[in-house]
Parts: sequence; structure tokens; C-alpha cells
Amino acid sequence: MRLTGADIVVNCLKDEGVEYIFGYPGGAALHIYDAIYNQGAVKHILVRHEQGATHAADGYARATGKPGVVLVTSGPGVTNTVTGLATAHMDSIPMVVITGQVPSGLIGDDAFQEVDTVGVTRPCVKHNFLVKDVKKIAETIKKAFYIAMTGRPGPVVVDIPKDISAETAEYHYPRKIEMRSYQPRTRGHGKMIKKSVELLLSAKQPIIYTGGGAILAEAEVPLTRLVDKLGYPSTSTLMGLGAIPARHPTFLGMLGMHGTYESNMAMYHCDVMLAVGARFDDRVTGDLDKFAPNARIIHIDIDPSSIGKNVSVEVPIVGDCKSVLEDMLELLEGVSDSIHRSAVDDWWETIKGWKRVDSLQYDMSDTVIKPQYVIQKLFEITKGDAYVTSDVGQHQMWAAQYYQFQKPRRWINSGGLGTMGFGLPAAMGVQLGFPDDLVVCVTGDASIQMCLQELSTCLQYNLPIKVLNLNNQYMGMVRQWQEFFYDRRYSHSYMDALPDFVKLSESYGHVGIRVDSPKEVESAIQEAISMKDRLVFIDVITDPEENVYPMIAAGKGHNEIHLKPSRGEIENRELA
Amino acid sequence: MKRIISLLLEHEPGALARVAGLFTARGYNIESLTVAPTEDPSLARMTIVTTGSDAIIEQITKQLNKLVDVVKLRTMSDGRYLGRELMLVKVVAGTPDQRNDMQRLVSIFRGRIIDVTDATYTIEMTGNSDKADAFLLALNDVELIEVVRSGILGIGRGKHILRV
Ligand SMILES: Cc1ncc(C[n+]2csc(CCOP(=O)(O)OP(=O)(O)O)c2C)c(N)n1
Repeated sequence: MRLTGADIVVNCLKDEGVEYIFGYPGGAALHIYDAIYNQGAVKHILVRHEQGATHAADGYARATGKPGVVLVTSGPGVTNTVTGLATAHMDSIPMVVITGQVPSGLIGDDAFQEVDTVGVTRPCVKHNFLVKDVKKIAETIKKAFYIAMTGRPGPVVVDIPKDISAETAEYHYPRKIEMRSYQPRTRGHGKMIKKSVELLLSAKQPIIYTGGGAILAEAEVPLTRLVDKLGYPSTSTLMGLGAIPARHPTFLGMLGMHGTYESNMAMYHCDVMLAVGARFDDRVTGDLDKFAPNARIIHIDIDPSSIGKNVSVEVPIVGDCKSVLEDMLELLEGVSDSIHRSAVDDWWETIKGWKRVDSLQYDMSDTVIKPQYVIQKLFEITKGDAYVTSDVGQHQMWAAQYYQFQKPRRWINSGGLGTMGFGLPAAMGVQLGFPDDLVVCVTGDASIQMCLQELSTCLQYNLPIKVLNLNNQYMGMVRQWQEFFYDRRYSHSYMDALPDFVKLSESYGHVGIRVDSPKEVESAIQEAISMKDRLVFIDVITDPEENVYPMIAAGKGHNEIHLKPSRGEIENRELA
Repeated sequence: MKRIISLLLEHEPGALARVAGLFTARGYNIESLTVAPTEDPSLARMTIVTTGSDAIIEQITKQLNKLVDVVKLRTMSDGRYLGRELMLVKVVAGTPDQRNDMQRLVSIFRGRIIDVTDATYTIEMTGNSDKADAFLLALNDVELIEVVRSGILGIGRGKHILRV
């Protein structure tokens, strides 16, 4: 069958099983848009800004596990995707982004809307391609999906000049692809796995620390079985929340800069650490010299370059987290549960002491709304079952701390790049992936304004997202750092001239609710959820100067964690 | 510590930029980098000379391996590889004395004079980098006009082979 390059692109997507493309048209992509017009298999979602398209595809991928697909035009269309590409790249999210390019003959001539797409996107993608021959389109797109989805996943860009999408070729979509230069390994090394099990069983003060890789590998089942079997304490990075249910008896809560006291203390004092799909990011480790000084570390990761990058590891295991954990469980089969469990009894006693500190406790108020309370209510009402996306700032940390994720792929946030503007478009992708589920975007008054235009997309496609705006009239996280580290000089972190979010939502055709008293929080959330087919924007006026605790200042050790000032003194004395 | 990394990569446009970009993005040093097609036209071979601690070199090799275009890679460890560099040097050589001295030096270092004008000699020299450095040192009193070095090319000894 002879098809134009544009038809080949669309057929490839269909044959790849793509449900949705998130995109925005323009000159260099018009042949492809014409091909989309002529079919019904792949649904196109028209966003209002290309950044929104990338975040939406990203949210879709995070929630469904399937690759997110984007289509944009050349030049500004491409540069607008860069933030979304970098966001996905940092968190290893599989996406295929197809970009129109000026005609081949004009490349390099500073043609209208020309940008060196491969050059501009190179540092923020897993790989990218410029297709120079219509006969190569199908193979290249197959490679793009293969690379995006395998190994450590990530975004891949396929740049297609306009003339190439007009030329014709025989269409054949390869079922399989082999690349001599790209052969990701999935099975872990048997000897290392054996060593890791021995080391784990010898532990007196173990900790199991999971990251986003555990979610990407869908390792939750063997992971939870391992934790059950060993009875060891477990913790998670921001990206790994939900892989082990938050209410699991071994789970100590999140670790890192705003993690719980018990998980950070357990990390500091552990003797054996099992890291599963985590990358020892600086927000998690703090000062590397003070990081888990006595720990012998086992590190499972699909990406060899993650292992030994920031900390030295005794047992490196390169492989897919799920497969490696299954292999470990097999070795543990014959081992009786009671022996190692009693070996860690003392350790659990110590941890229980740390837990009693109750580091997430906050002061309630009858007059001002505490943001923590809002998230807690959201959790109670939704029983931890909603999909929660977030933007970046204090609200993100409160969502991570107080929404107890019971399942993987429910917590959708930009952990690595920390991209404000991510939450709303990401929620669109999630809602399209799960049309019947509740999707809540927890956001802040500053972040929401960075991709606000997507409210229009939500109306067009009837996406009944609940936007929960923790409106503190500050760039709260910036203000918090300025309070702590810059003597309260609040340089440009106050959000002057905020819009009336209720009216604004209404003008976009949605429902807006303002909440300014603690009594109304619960009923407002319930009311919003009950409007099943409407987007509801809940503008919650919160305590403007609430801070996120606990906090480990950047570059400090886990044992230098700060609690809420009213409690910190006791604890800091105890620590000394 | 100085290390030589040899790699085979897909001979695709942009492959070189990916390697070079990786070094700048992650703050690794490149002392020299050479690249050319191989006997298999679909592959290019690159030799990179870099410096760093063992841990950094390990990261560099892992990061290079992660690039989709890199097919195979070897770090050339001491004693197991041969490294050679080509150097072209243009010097002032106008007077008979200058010319005699130059000819003597060049023959000691087993170089060749490949171009002569009224006022200059151009010398070609191959060898390991130490030899090239030593030659430049020996030219102490000579007025150098231009020095062009290729950077090192590396190949493993005997059974140490890098091919697909
Ligand atoms: C695109 C982008 N620009 C700047 C920042 C730096 N930054 C991190 S948090 C934050 C403030 C966010 O304020 P808001 O959305 O109101 O959330 P809050 O912290 O008040 O909950 C800023 C500016 C960022 N993360 N992303």
C-alpha cells in the first residue's frame, strides 16, 4: 500500500495502538494534520499551548503506563515543548513527540519557523531522530516507541520535514525492531542477587527505599511481598509514592527534604539499605558526606549509570526492578520469616520512638484554613483512591505528605525538574486515560497560572477534573526559603493582582467555588466531587504563611532535620 | 588521571554532537577527541582522551554507553593498548644553522620534514603523546609558527579488540 508520509505517520500510531495524540497544528505539520482529519482511530486532543500537550501526554503516560504521544509544528511549536520534554526526561516518562520541520531543502537556511529541533531537544530527550527519507518514517517511529518504552524509559522526538510527509512510500509497520546499539538489559545478575539477599538477611537495622523506578517497572507486587516477607521498614522518594501502600505497617512515609522524621532517621542510622529504582537525588540524600554513614547499600536500577553515580554501592544490580525483586523473592522462599524479623525487633523499637515524634502533626485552626487539613480531608473523602496531580511548591509537598497513596500511578507530579504548570495539563492526560475516575489537580495560586489556558481544553473535551487551588497568595515555597534563609525578605514571591479564580473558571465555562473557612472545606470538596461531569475549580484561601515541615535544608544531613519550631527544640536536644 | 576511551558509534548525523554534548552537559573533561568512519561505513570510531578519578571515568563510560548511538565502548587501560598521535609543526628555519639544527632534531625524533620554504620547515611526527611533548620541549630555542596535533588514536594490543 503506497501512502504519503503523513498517512504513514498516522498509520504507525494506529498500529502502535495509540489512543490519543496531544497536539497543536502549524505549517510544517499540516500534511500530518490532514491525515489525522481523514481517520477516526487515533483521537487528537487540541491543547492551547504546546507545553500543555507535552504535560498532558506525560500525565497520560504516568497514569496508564502507555507512551504519551504529541504532535506539534516546527520552530515555536518545538521550543514550546522543551519544558515538557525535560520534565518527562528527568522522571523517565515514555513519550513520542512528533514534530513538523521545514522542508528538507530549506533546513539550515534560517527558513520561516525553522529551529534545529534535534539540537534544541537533544539534552532533554532520551533520543531523537530527523527523518530524511519517507521510506524511513515507519521504521523510525517504531524505534521511537521501542526506545521510549524500554530500558529506562524517556521521551523521544521524531522530526519530519514537510516535504517528507508529502512524498509517498510503501507502508509497512515493523512488528519488531532490533538495534545493535541499544539493547537494554532486564534480568539482574544472579550472583549479585544472591549477594543482596545474604546482605539483607544479615541486617540489624535495614531500610528499603523505593523510587520512581519501582512504579515505572510496575514492581509493586513483588515489592510489597518482599516487605511483607522481611518485615523491614520501608520508605519512598517523592516519585515512588504508592508502590508500597502508604498504610502498609512497614511504611514510614516519604523521605528526603520534606520527608517524615522516622524515615529520614531510619535512613541515617540504617546498616543495610536496599534501594529499588531510586537514584539518590540530592533532595533525598542531602549532604552526601553525611548520607547513611554506616549503610551497606544494595542498589537495583535498570540504568547502569544511576548506580554508583552519587553514592558508592556494595551490591549493584542492573536490571528491571520487578524481575530482580521476583528473583530475590525466589531465593527467600526457603527462609523462615521469624529469624530475620526478630533480628530487627530492636530496630523497630527505635523507629517507633521516632514515629512518636509525629512529625506531620500541624496546628489546627477554626479561623484560617490550614493547607494540610485540606489535603487530609481530600484523602479521607476519596479514601486514597483518586488520581492526584500536582504542580510545584508547598502544595505539592503537602499533597505528598498528607495524601496517603495506596496504589501506584495515582500520584502524578514533576519530581525531577519541578515544573510549575505541570498539574492541570497532566490531569487532562490522566482523565482521558481514566474517564470514569476522579482526578484532582492540587495546585497553588502561582503554579496554576502557568498553564491556565488549558481550562479551555478541559471544556472542549469534557474533562471533569477537580482543581484544588491552595491559595496562599504567595509563591509559598519561595517565601518559605526566604523566611528561613533570607531573613524574611520576600523578594518577588508575593502574588499581587491575583485573578478571581471563581469568575475565571466560570468564564472558561466551568464551576468555581471559593472556600475561606475551615468549616466549609469538607463540604466544598464533596460538592465538587458530586458534580461528576463538570470541571470544578475549588479556590481554597489558606493560611498565607504556613510552612512545610519537617525540613532538611539543602546540603544538610538526614540527622539535621528540622521539625515545626514549636516541637523542634525537644527533638533537637534528643538528637544531640 | 588520563584515560583513553574508544568507541564505535552509528555513523549517523548528530552522533558526534551527542557525545560532545554529553561531556559539556555533565562537566567532564575532553583532552582530545578524534572521529572517522571505519571499514564498515555504517560505523564511526571515536577515540576520546579524558581525565578524571576512577569514579568519574566509570560514570563517563556508563553515560556514553547509555547514548543510543553508541554501539560499543572500551576504556584502554595501561599496557593493553597502543596510542599514537600525529603532529604537524611549522617552525622558522631561514638560516643554515637553523636548518641544520632542525634536521638533526627531526632525525633524532624520527620525524619528517614535509615542506620547506625560504623561511620555514614543516615537520610531521607520529608517536605517543609523550614523544610529541618531548619534541616540542626540545624545540625550546626554535621559533614555532604553528603546531597542529591530531589527538590520540588508540587501538588495543593483540587480543584486545573493539569491533561489532
Ligand atoms: C517553571 C518554574 N519556575 C519557577 C520555579 C521555582 N518555584 C518553585 S516553587 C515556586 C512557588 C510556587 O508557588 P505556588 O504555585 O503558589 O505554590 P505554593 O508553594 O504556594 O504552594 C516557585 C516559583 C519552578 N519550580 N518552576
